[in-house]
Amino acid sequence: MTTEHHIARARQEGKALAVQVGFNRTNAACVATSISEMASNLFFHAHRGGTITLSVLNKPGAVGLEVIAEDDGPGIPDVRLAMQDGFTTNRGLGGGLPGTERLMDEFEITSRVGDGTRIVAKKWQPCP
Amino acid sequence: MKIPILKQGDILMTSIQVELSDQDALDFQNDVLEEVLRAEASGIVIDITALDVVDSFMARILNDTANMVRMLGTECVIAGMRPAVALTLVEMGRKLIGVEMTLNLEQGIDRLRKLIEERGAS
Repeated sequence: MTTEHHIARARQEGKALAVQVGFNRTNAACVATSISEMASNLFFHAHRGGTITLSVLNKPGAVGLEVIAEDDGPGIPDVRLAMQDGFTTNRGLGGGLPGTERLMDEFEITSRVGDGTRIVAKKWQPCP
Repeated sequence: MKIPILKQGDILMTSIQVELSDQDALDFQNDVLEEVLRAEASGIVIDITALDVVDSFMARILNDTANMVRMLGTECVIAGMRPAVALTLVEMGRKLIGVEMTLNLEQGIDRLRKLIEERGAS
């Protein structure tokens, strides 16, 4: 994520992968929207950008997608504050991170000031 | 990435059919405002049936565009939001504030006509 166009590309690829592994429309939209929020965070806050890694997961009865957003940017001094609704960024309306947490089934954020931020988020689609 | 804006009588219609980058979305917003003014339109319907992902940024652009169009003195209706989009937006706590929404383009045009009438009458 080093240019603004990468946000749309990550979103598209995430959506395509979700559909390909059998996600329904709603879950695919949840994943794609979350990727968009995470990717824009990387682009706008991490100075040197960052990476989004998508992986397909499997467990009995469900297929999953894991989205990892990583950067070596400034880090988030107060993760709890960033996870509050209405905490504003320069791009959206605030609440990108807490929104993402609600859209995904699993969400984990670790951040260290000066070191960077890593978010691991997963979404599961039950197999028919 | 230019989104066509069509004129039908005194109203405009546009349909976002492709994935927009942030810059495309900003350009679209600008085009809508310019075209409303240029065509001296009474209103515009923005069809978003083909958008299956709307993130915070796109939500803000749609919200702002609709409010800006109304600020110019014309009406704006957003038509055809997909259920999955409504779900993700509400889940993220996003609202389109002060924006007229309809199920589809046809209803959007009807609603727009009513809004234009009401504005004319007041």
